[in-house]
Amino acid sequence: MELMVTIASRNLEDGAVVVVGTGVPCAAAMLAQMTQSPNLTILFEAGGIAPLLPSMPISVGDSRTTYKGLKSTSMAEIMEFCQAGIVDYCFLGGAQIDQYGNLNSTMIGTDYNKPITRFPGSGGANDLASLCWKTMVVTPQNQKRFVKKVDFVTTPGYLQGGNSRTEAGLPVNTGPYKVITDIGVYGYHPETRQMMLLSLHPGKTLDDVKNNAEFEILIPEKYEITEEPTDFELKILREKVDPNGLVIGRK
Amino acid sequence: MSTKNLQTGQGELFMSPNVEDARAFFHQKKKLMTNKLTSVKEAVERYIHNGDYLAIGGFGGVRIPTSLLHEVIRQQKKNLGFSGHVATHDCQILSAGECFNRCDAAYIVGLEARGLSTNARRLFESGTIQVTEWSNAALSWRFKAAAMGVPFLPCRSMLGTDTFKYSAAKEIECPFTGQKLLAVPALFPDVAFIHVHRADIYGNCQIDGILVADDDIAKASKHVIITTEKIIDHEEIRREPGKTIIPFWCVDAVIEVPFGSYPGNMPGEYYSDEEHLAEWLKKEKNPEEFAAFIRKNILETKDFYEYLQLNGGIQKIQKLHQTEHLL
Repeated sequence: MELMVTIASRNLEDGAVVVVGTGVPCAAAMLAQMTQSPNLTILFEAGGIAPLLPSMPISVGDSRTTYKGLKSTSMAEIMEFCQAGIVDYCFLGGAQIDQYGNLNSTMIGTDYNKPITRFPGSGGANDLASLCWKTMVVTPQNQKRFVKKVDFVTTPGYLQGGNSRTEAGLPVNTGPYKVITDIGVYGYHPETRQMMLLSLHPGKTLDDVKNNAEFEILIPEKYEITEEPTDFELKILREKVDPNGLVIGRK
Repeated sequence: MSTKNLQTGQGELFMSPNVEDARAFFHQKKKLMTNKLTSVKEAVERYIHNGDYLAIGGFGGVRIPTSLLHEVIRQQKKNLGFSGHVATHDCQILSAGECFNRCDAAYIVGLEARGLSTNARRLFESGTIQVTEWSNAALSWRFKAAAMGVPFLPCRSMLGTDTFKYSAAKEIECPFTGQKLLAVPALFPDVAFIHVHRADIYGNCQIDGILVADDDIAKASKHVIITTEKIIDHEEIRREPGKTIIPFWCVDAVIEVPFGSYPGNMPGEYYSDEEHLAEWLKKEKNPEEFAAFIRKNILETKDFYEYLQLNGGIQKIQKLHQTEHLL
């Protein structure tokens, strides 16, 4: 988990604008703000703008999300910033993801009217993945999560691949950017939009990549080995970002 | 970008986006600045009818109108509709009373980082609740469209997904650019419950911190019931008019309910009671224990203060006040 949070944080450059949720995304944004990106602007969908987070919020609308912030506003305004093209990154999770980065956080089952398991639904996820420039997903990787077909497309990735995302009317040049798992970091093929290995975590193998996904993940000739968190990153993460181990203590 | 074959979501549209009807209703509503102070019991008796469609202010566990939600259960209101616009603890309360049979769902059955509500899930998995799917922005913009007095707003969310397929939105072609857009229909709730920091007796309201969608919900709803941490003098409103988020004519009833967002967070006042919210989630795992828990905390309590007292009273609030201010 520490590795996943650290990699996620390294993807947030100084001066970027990111919308985050609670948990891993928030920890990553805090770590980035306390290391290489002091000028990272963090937004929360409920209306918090640019807080200097003192500790991890439990709700994306609680008081922490406006602590020493620059503005508190409405959800509509946050989403309008996204729709207007201001926001670089969003960070999402989900119960299932497919090869094109489509996410399911609505239900398991085949009958919408009688789901086997009902999850919360889109919340702001569909909006953020539709409207922000780049979508990052942080998730554990296994066959139950990395599925051939998600039971419900809650949140758009590259939809059916190729140009289908822009054909659906979603903003051009937006879409899934990276998937960070406990095995590796993935991107997407520039044309087919299939998920593709970018870097393998130390100690993990290509078999781990393949055996923990129902669909075929593209393996390019060249891929990297993920750089481990530095002592400095770990120190900040453990002492300042998440001293109670709420996120990094999770398996 | 093809705009042929424009699609329509197959979900049920629970509330009419007819703006002429809404205008006529808002026109006949009295605009006199009268004293609107009442009690939680009276407000729910008077303004909530079985079958009404409810919008709940705040953000699920932040600035929520707990006392009104409990009273809806006590009075056993049934067959309500509601907008699940990040409905977390509020959805959990209404699910405990099995008060609703339809829901516009953007976020339901979960309590964010705290986990999922077993009881709300059971209800939504039972097939007895009619659900129409939306995203958070879509619901925000549906309230905004109603607040603006237009039948829909165009937006660029939800396109291409099952969230759209099971919504009641429609794809449209932009008359200027030819682009494919999503039209989300105005949502005019029958009643809104909103908890605020300060209000005068006429219903002019001030809110600190995030608004979520409450400025628009207040303008979109036919009736608005306000609970407030504190009643302030009318002169205080007039001294700083820039602070007024909800003007009096939107509001039908005002009730002073200090600590009224408990066990939710009230920005600047007290943090959420995580121990108590964890207890809700735990009790829900055993239906009998949960029924007893609801009897003890809601059905057999006279009012919100008895509930607060049962769960730590003023000492608990003091502690949550310290947590809020990082003491």
